[in-house]
Amino acid sequence: MTARRRRFLRGGPIPGATLLFAVAFGMLGSAAEEATAMAAAAQDPATGQGGADVVVASKPFAESFLLAEMFAQLLEARGFRVDRRPGLGATEIAFRALRTGGIDVYPEYTGTGLVAILGEPASSDPDSVLRRVRRVFRTRWGTEWLAPLGFENTYAIAVRRETAEEYDLATLSDLARAAPALTAGFSPDFIGRDDGLPGLQAAYELRFGSTRSLLQAVKYRALAEGGVDVIDGYSTDGQIARYDLVVLEDDRGFFPAYEAAPLVGPTLVAERPAAVAALTELSGLLDEAMMRRFNERVEVAGEDVAAVAGRALRELGLLESSAAGAPAVGAGGTRDAAGLLSYLWDRRTTLLRLTLRHLLLVGVSLLLAVLIAVPLGLGLERARAGAEGTIRAVGLLQTIPSIALLAFMIPLLGIGVVPALVALFLYSLYPILRNTYTGVRDASPEAVDAGRALGMTQGQILRHVRLPLAAPVIMAGIRTAAVITVGTATLAAFIGAGGLGDPIVSGLALSDTRMILSGAIPAAVLALLVDAFLALAERVVTPKG
Amino acid sequence: MTGVAGRPGRLEAAAVAKRYGAAVALDGVSLEVEPGEVVALVGESGSGKTTLLRCFNHMVEPDGGTVRVDGREVRDIDPIALRRSIGYVQQEGGLLPHWTVERNVALVPWLRGDADPRDRARVALDLVGLPPEGFADRWPRQLSGGQRQRVAIARALAARPAILLMDEPFGALDAITRAELHESFLGLRREIRATCVLVTHDLTEALKLADRVAVMRGGRIEQVAEPDRLVHRPAGEYVARLLERAGVR
Repeated sequence: MTARRRRFLRGGPIPGATLLFAVAFGMLGSAAEEATAMAAAAQDPATGQGGADVVVASKPFAESFLLAEMFAQLLEARGFRVDRRPGLGATEIAFRALRTGGIDVYPEYTGTGLVAILGEPASSDPDSVLRRVRRVFRTRWGTEWLAPLGFENTYAIAVRRETAEEYDLATLSDLARAAPALTAGFSPDFIGRDDGLPGLQAAYELRFGSTRSLLQAVKYRALAEGGVDVIDGYSTDGQIARYDLVVLEDDRGFFPAYEAAPLVGPTLVAERPAAVAALTELSGLLDEAMMRRFNERVEVAGEDVAAVAGRALRELGLLESSAAGAPAVGAGGTRDAAGLLSYLWDRRTTLLRLTLRHLLLVGVSLLLAVLIAVPLGLGLERARAGAEGTIRAVGLLQTIPSIALLAFMIPLLGIGVVPALVALFLYSLYPILRNTYTGVRDASPEAVDAGRALGMTQGQILRHVRLPLAAPVIMAGIRTAAVITVGTATLAAFIGAGGLGDPIVSGLALSDTRMILSGAIPAAVLALLVDAFLALAERVVTPKG
Repeated sequence: MTGVAGRPGRLEAAAVAKRYGAAVALDGVSLEVEPGEVVALVGESGSGKTTLLRCFNHMVEPDGGTVRVDGREVRDIDPIALRRSIGYVQQEGGLLPHWTVERNVALVPWLRGDADPRDRARVALDLVGLPPEGFADRWPRQLSGGQRQRVAIARALAARPAILLMDEPFGALDAITRAELHESFLGLRREIRATCVLVTHDLTEALKLADRVAVMRGGRIEQVAEPDRLVHRPAGEYVARLLERAGVR
């Protein structure tokens, strides 16, 4: 793994040694420290070169990764320091982070801005879309659409070649005829958006036999293997060539214009014109054929994002041939399972750092949850009238989808470690609270009655009878929360908090199974270790007898 | 607290009433227990016997009437101090499962801040026929049902209370173990002379162990009398039928 790639994957600014120290000597302090650093970075009115890092982010799919990495390398080549935050949750999260100063720039598409962010009807005229989003984004949020990069990445509806031949499909109108016999697999994003499935159905009177929700990362494979017959993709996807798919023509001009452009946050616009100028160097230089080729290298050949980005910039004449960031060969060709162990071994330093970050996220959030939920559970045992209502209310938190919860918190807490901690904390509360209350409430009624009848005070009964007898049940709640949190913490990658979710999100976006496993395996091992550690703790706190 | 903690140990309930929602548990019950006397409360489930027992250590707050311990109204006494001065034994023992036998027995002396709770526990264990060398360090789950009840009695006696309240202390035991514990109880009586209120649904047990027997029914006392008198002069049909069913008449 190259140094560049490590930086690409890293979650945040805490170096490994600091993290080790933080884990050992006070996880809270470190999180607070980073929060402060983040806040300072966001408010730092530095201008031009040598100022604060330019925070370059992307959404979690390959092209977004690649464009963001191109932005980043270009900025570095022009003398800016860059903080990379790849793979932010989705449009909602990335854009909130941008307008609240958590990030400075990310690649966005004008159609997405118009429909998903402004909630306006789609349009297939690229110029009017660009004019509209530019004006509204500037006045409403102070964010700026730079000149488009030169290609459109609009939705593409794709089918297998056999399907196209069997049903004689060339256009979406043809598809409307055959759709009742077909199973569609669409990304959740596409299913929910007006310019996605609902609009498409209306425009073409499409009715599929069935529709499934599939993540971007698994869609192409599901299509190729026959799990679904129709998918939504992007017109620049490298996977389209890889699987020899047929893209159906949008003969009624439904899909709106989706020109790619750097979307820049208010701070950068107002205070760092030199950085903005560097980013505009890319304007108009790319086209769809190029992008499909670059994307294919990343998605299909499995080459390193940083390497592909560097080569693309050199090809475009924006970097000198001898410039840094030119790893000769990407990771291509060694994606077999046998290579997994050496892949993991090569990345041990990174993985250790990510694991420690993960442990920090889990440890701090769990500790906070224990500190709040256990006393609350004990208190509710004394005020049982309000207990069930309170616990159910906390349980409702569990039903909020994590991405939605993270999105809500960005305006309050920005992106990075702090909102991730808060989200994980909120998700940990319920099992601990429920088990504490139930355990203490149901602790051996005879023993509690004996304690009372022989003159123990309420406090003594709690401390010497209820709590020790409830300890195994409370610990079971904490262990449940811990294992769930180790899993949920992988989502922290969506808001740039780092941890083992980083390689999982990147791997999903790049269809790189080994990369996914390099996050998933340590996460699974971590879950087992955390549970084993808590089992030991349980033995210590559980009374004998 | 001299009147409560030390001798003699007189109990008095006057017109005590208690209801749980619509159900009447005690319907104006009056009963006096002399110092050193053993009174058994006998009756079927729901007759109010446990409720009456638990009025004496203020585990139950009566709706009406007065309860006195050594002449003082229970509601004027700090309930924690009151309970620490009165021994209490439950049907299933109510031992703290996570404490050793010794720690269980030492509970009340420890709560009272006595200087030597462990010594008192060992003395009490000896008293109930469980040599501390063999039993002090055991866990409740390692004991038989009879041994557990003996530990519960030792725990009630460890602080040398003047009053002992026992709620079906032998109810869950097999016949042989129960007979053994009856003998131990009678032996203990001679030794420690505490006032004792004993709740049981077993009339034979009541006649065997108590100085007086109070037969309860529907929250009222049908008859209070010495065993002899109760057997020969039952006041009313209910008591007579109870005696018959127990095979005493």
